Amino acid sequence: MKSFTYEKAASPAAAADAAARTEGAKFIAGGTNLLDLMKLEIEAPTHLVDVNGLALDTIEETPAGGLRIGALVRNTDLAADNRVRRDYAVLSRALLSGASGQLRNKATTAGNLLQRTRCPYFYDTDQPCNKRRPGSGCGALDGYSRQHAVVGASAACIATHPSDMAVAMRLLDATVETVRPDGETRSLPVADLHRLPGDTPEIETALAPGELITAVTLPAPLGGTHFYRKVRDRASYAFALVSVAAVVQADGTGRVALGGVAHKPWRIAAAEAELPRGAKPVADALLAQARPTKDNDFKLPLVQRTLAAVLAEARG
Amino acid sequence: MQGPNDVTRRDVLAAGAATVAGTLAPTGAQAQSGQGAPPAAPSASGAGASPQPARAAVSLKVNGTVRDLDLDTRTTLLDALREHLHLTGTKKGCDHGQCGACTVIVEGRRINSCLSLAVMHDGDSVTTIEGLGTPEALHPMQAAFVAHDGYQCGYCTPGQICSAVAVLDEIKAGIPSHVSADLTAAPEPSADEVRERMSGNICRCGAYSNIVEAITEIAGRPA
Repeated sequence: MKSFTYEKAASPAAAADAAARTEGAKFIAGGTNLLDLMKLEIEAPTHLVDVNGLALDTIEETPAGGLRIGALVRNTDLAADNRVRRDYAVLSRALLSGASGQLRNKATTAGNLLQRTRCPYFYDTDQPCNKRRPGSGCGALDGYSRQHAVVGASAACIATHPSDMAVAMRLLDATVETVRPDGETRSLPVADLHRLPGDTPEIETALAPGELITAVTLPAPLGGTHFYRKVRDRASYAFALVSVAAVVQADGTGRVALGGVAHKPWRIAAAEAELPRGAKPVADALLAQARPTKDNDFKLPLVQRTLAAVLAEARG
Repeated sequence: MQGPNDVTRRDVLAAGAATVAGTLAPTGAQAQSGQGAPPAAPSASGAGASPQPARAAVSLKVNGTVRDLDLDTRTTLLDALREHLHLTGTKKGCDHGQCGACTVIVEGRRINSCLSLAVMHDGDSVTTIEGLGTPEALHPMQAAFVAHDGYQCGYCTPGQICSAVAVLDEIKAGIPSHVSADLTAAPEPSADEVRERMSGNICRCGAYSNIVEAITEIAGRPA
């Protein structure tokens, strides 16, 4: 690990300012992903701005009937919140399907959104990776790509976003609130937070340098029945091969988003319109642009079958 | 009892580690120089080339005792416990948050001490396996692991036990899990719940069934 200086931020705006002023600075909250990457020197911040002391760890009800989740609310606390369990069960389920109890106790809401891909070629510094070292190539394209993206990928990168929570946030139309180094605040839909890789897979979010997420806001509850079905290589503590987040209403309409298939949570409006007609038309619409590799083309039928299982459960 | 000329297991392991490090050094150096060839990443500024690693004062309350340390900022909580406070009960397994051997309880919650910086825990209360029980007065969970033969080599055991103690507190606090059928109901300490909640603690000897028996036995006792 490279040496770094360290400071505790006094306020969100001061944290953003400190991060923008110091070249190579990074925020640290839970640290469960950043420290892992720092040990491998995939991340090598020169300065860490510790935001843990900022009072961003509460969940408050909004005037619109939703919830405002502080950026530092731990994954355990968000999943266990009674309002989330009752009204946003898909979010609790997604959180509880990810990582381990120890990691969820540390990992934060904002950090979960900003975690980096677990592509093995990103993690192996002896391999080319356009995300880790722009211009070096993509080891996964002609390599072992069983875990990788089947939609929205590019010739530069076929990595997936690893988060389960982000898929539920996308399904729920969450909004991300931020503060910038100049003290200005803004909010953006979580749909616009994550980018597709294109030619610049190293740029993963729409956040500006030093911009700090302060909260994630959920609109009023959707009702319906909530599902987060995650398919993985073992029963617990593994990343998704495919996951389906869904809210299904009594009349068969609803929302659906996928994890494990793209560089960001994958949700297509045209696919949701097909929900009353069953899993196949929904899966076809979600994966219309799919370009799987020889190793991960199994994900296409897996999406349809997982979706079918969810819709069968929804019908009861 | 240890005499002046006795070699401890720890001495042998330390010597072994030094030998391995020496053997691997050239390979590591090659890998580093190979990586140094392309243009440096934008974040790798001159600021990182400071000759003196940054340090920070850290005060930890470990097993009830306040311990003041002056540490390289890079020091993980795990290394602070093992290398600086010589509390070697907490184990380093993967050092990447995948195995759970380093699990300790901080401010009442179990975490992977390898994936947290000591400097981020200034003022925090930390409970390690040494703080749960003693050889003369085992914690009930330690006694249950002994009674149920919940280990073979024992390396993962301190992490398993710290995790298990915290798991039962999490169930009592009503925190649901992936296998909780009803999200809004209070979770029960069933074998299925224990298995799911303990999935962040790997045991390569495969003592899992006995570990689950030990934990569910303690869970069944009145608090």
